[in-house]
This record gives sequence, structure tokens and C-alpha cells, in this order.
Amino acid sequence: MQSLNFNLIKEILMKYPQKKEYLINALHELQNAHPHKYIDDAIMDECCKHFKLTKSQIFGVITYYTMFNTKPQGQNIIYVCNSPICSNMGSDNLYDILKQKLKINDNNISEDGKFSLQKVECLGRCGKAPSIMINREIYTGMTPEKIEEIISKY
Amino acid sequence: MKSFPLISLARSGKVNPKSIEDYLNTGGFEAIKKLSSMSPESVLDEIEKSGLRGRGGAGFPTGLKQRFTSSSCLSCEKRYVVCNADEGEPGTFKDRMIMETDPFLLIEGMIIAAFAIRATNAYIYIRGEYYPSIENLENAIKQCYDKGFLGKNILNIGLNLEMGLFKGAGSYLCGEELTLLESLEGKRGYPRIKPPFPAEKGLWGYPTLVNNVETFSHLPFIISNGSEDYIKIGTAESKGTKLFCVSGNVNKTGVFELPLGVTLRELIFDVCGGMKDGYKFKAALLGGAAGTFADQSMLDIALAYETLKKEGLTLGSGAVIIVDDKTDLKKMMKSILHFFKHESCGKCVPCRIGTRLLLNEISKQNSAEIDMNFLLNESEYMAKTSLCPLGQSPVLPIKSYIRFFKNFQ
Repeated sequence: MQSLNFNLIKEILMKYPQKKEYLINALHELQNAHPHKYIDDAIMDECCKHFKLTKSQIFGVITYYTMFNTKPQGQNIIYVCNSPICSNMGSDNLYDILKQKLKINDNNISEDGKFSLQKVECLGRCGKAPSIMINREIYTGMTPEKIEEIISKY
Repeated sequence: MKSFPLISLARSGKVNPKSIEDYLNTGGFEAIKKLSSMSPESVLDEIEKSGLRGRGGAGFPTGLKQRFTSSSCLSCEKRYVVCNADEGEPGTFKDRMIMETDPFLLIEGMIIAAFAIRATNAYIYIRGEYYPSIENLENAIKQCYDKGFLGKNILNIGLNLEMGLFKGAGSYLCGEELTLLESLEGKRGYPRIKPPFPAEKGLWGYPTLVNNVETFSHLPFIISNGSEDYIKIGTAESKGTKLFCVSGNVNKTGVFELPLGVTLRELIFDVCGGMKDGYKFKAALLGGAAGTFADQSMLDIALAYETLKKEGLTLGSGAVIIVDDKTDLKKMMKSILHFFKHESCGKCVPCRIGTRLLLNEISKQNSAEIDMNFLLNESEYMAKTSLCPLGQSPVLPIKSYIRFFKNFQ
């Protein structure tokens, strides 16, 4: 499994002042740069040194926030909005369809490694529910047909 | 409806949100220029006179909050302004509209607040998922530095202000002001015990003013046009306009800026063009998951702080979630209670255990077995004993649901 290049970790961290309030901003950038979109041990170790925090403090932060992944993800992450509005407009159904269609395994990665599937709470697109987000792209007014068309582009 | 000026969305869709020139050409930063002839004290007075109340959900008078923050610790060498852009309440997407379409307005509002309380630093804490907003704000902050609207001695009004953008990472709870400050300090988002309030001891122990995006977006209008113009909009106790976020099966969903005091009927049937074909209005959930249900009998109620409070309802963040005759109310309530269980941080026992008990009860297959008294008692108990607004909230939808619909059968 690929990991994030050690020099790249350092390079990213250099952009942030060595104050712990920059930890979450830095973790976002590091996770996004990681080929498997998660925070691995190497990243945590470098963050410890840079921000002068213990590993348990950093682990505490990563496990608290749902946007940070502690396990490897697929190449693209599909976020299905699970808020009361989207759920009422049919997002539960979309999640089940995607899970089955993409053959998501117990590690939450599709058979071909291309996708991970996550439920999220409210993407702020309630006016056009149900909504999903793939990586950073938002798609609204989703139906099972539309979703198939969209994922085929990835 | 009387005519009224748009405040938060005046430029929305009409200017390029990435261009400071567009902002300047449409009256942008006029309020900051006016500050050169005003004292911090007179700015506080003006905002107090406007009657502006916090648009994030609690509706606390903004002027009063600013005055507390400004005077709580006169010997403190630092004071902070923090913008709460962690918009996570289900059904709410108004702050996103402001940040995506007019990010400079937010920055101008924050500069005014910083001037009023003599702050040294300003931070925007934004939802990590709001990528377009983050991009716009990063760009806007940079352009403001380049043009001298941020940094040292802004426009010779005697204000030095550094601004930074900090991202959240998917926690609903971090939208609560004290939890937000914990997260801003780079920690797990656990709520702090209050008092002390942020106005006394906020970020790193210094007095901190925390306001919502929409609240800040009103300050430029109040300073430029004066509070006399502002108080002409709205009702006796609820001044100004408000962004309403309408979702559900109505013809036109979205964010609408309307004067406070507009009725639910006007909002749904005039502004949003009524219900979609084949759907009948049943209820509206006002204020999101931490909000209250209002049924047909409430259609003519004015959406304003005082009128809703009298009826035991909430305006909250301005979310108006339309429930129609085809909506499965039990499923909806289950989804709401699942949301609270998922977002409970687990720090205090009543909320950690309570949110689970509520979800278990509503998940019973047979609707007849769901004990409404249990839901009510448990959520009331949570409201009295939980540390922060999350545990105090489930009682709102539960109580209002029982009031209008009795049970799940």
C-alpha cells in the first residue's frame, strides 16, 4: 500500500505555524494529499514533532472528527447525506443502492478500489435534497438513475 | 408585504464573489470608511439601537454581546472576534449562500465588530465540507490584505486586525460557541462548562465575541444606513431581515431574505409558490433538528422571535422544513433522533445515554408500543441536566410533535 511521501509531509507541515490551532487545517491538507485519503502513523508522528503534541492528543482529534479517516479509503469518497431532510427525500435508499452496486466490502472500499462510501450529516444542500458529495463535488436532487450516471464518470 | 431592502443577499448573484472591485463598486466597505468619524463606543450604541439579534439560532441581542465582550476585561491586551460559519443544523444553508455569493460582506461585518470591541484578531471557523465557501473566503481575505482592508492600520481608522480561516472537520457540536472555541484551539470538540461565557473568557482565555455569519452580514448596513433605517424593517421586537431556508415538497425551495414577521403562510404559499402538485401541507419543522413542529393551525403566525416564543415555537437558524401529507413522520423523527445520537460527543452522561434511549424507543417496529411519555420525560430530563445545547435540544421536536400529532399512529 502506498503511503504519503515523507518529504511531502514535511513540506506541507512547513506551511503551518507550529501552533496547535493549525493542527486541524494541516490534517485536512495531509489527508487529502495521502493516496488512500487517511491519516496514517507517519503523518501522526510528524504532526507530533511539528505541533509538539503527544500522539494520543492527535489521535484524539482524528477520531473525534468524522471528516478524518483512520483507515485507508478508496480513490474517491462518496458522501451520502443522512440528515433528516435528505433521508426523508430518499437518501437511505441511495446509500443501499450504492453499497450494493459498488460492492462495498467490510473495509468500506468497493471491489475495484475506486470508491469508499460514507454517510454524513447535512451537506447544507437541503433545498435540493437528497444530496451527495463525491470528493469535493456536490450533486443534488439525486435519484437512483442519476447516481449511476454520475459514478460511471469516475 | 411591505417593500424592504435586501441586507444579507443584496449582492447575491449580481457580483463576482471573487472580485473585490465588484464589491467596492457596489458600495462595499463604505461602512468601514464611515468608522473614521466614529468611536468604538458610538458603533456599539448604533448596533444596540438597531435591535439586531443573533441569527445563529439563540437570538441573543448582538449589541449587548458586543458590549459585554468589550468591557469584560479592560486590562486584557487581546480580544478576539470569531465568526461561527460552522453551519451544521439540518435544513440550514443560509450562511453558505452569503459566503458563496458575497464573502466580502462577512469580512466587512467582522471588521466593524472588531473595531467596536477593539479586537486584535479575527477568525472564521468554517465547516470543512463547504469547499466553495472556503475557496471564496481564502481569496477574499487575501484580496483584503492586498488592498489594506486587513492588517496594520486599516484605512487609518486606528484598527490593526489579522484574520485567519480555520476549518472544522464534520462535527455538528462545534457550531455551539464554546465547543467551537475548543475546536479552534485545535482540540476535540468537547463543550466547555459555562459560565464563564466567551465574552469573559473565550479563545485562549481572552474575551471573545462569537457571532454567526448572517449576524455579521447585517453590520455594514446598520453602520452605513444608520439604525433608524434598520428598525423600519421587521416587527416590534424583531428587527431587520432574516434568511429563511425552505426545504421539502414546495414549488420553490432555497434561501429567501424576508423581513422578520412574515407569516408561515406567506412564506410557503406566496414566496415559495405553494406545495408541489400531489402534496398537501401538514406541518413545518422550524429551526432544523433542534427545532419545533408547527402544524396548519400555526400558518398565520408571524415568524418573529416574540410571536413564536409566545406559542412555544422557535425561529432557530431560520430553517423551515416542510412536512407534507406523504411524509412518514415516524421515520422523520427517528432520523432526527439518530442525528442527535450520532452527534452527541459523549462528554456528559445525560446526553450520551439519553440520545441512545430516545433512538431505541422510536426504533420500535410497532408504533403502538412507542411510549410517548417516555420520550417526553427522558428528553425533558436531558434538557435539564445536559452540559450543552445538544442534549438540551431533543425535547424541542419531541414536545412539539406530541402537541400537534399526539403519537405515531
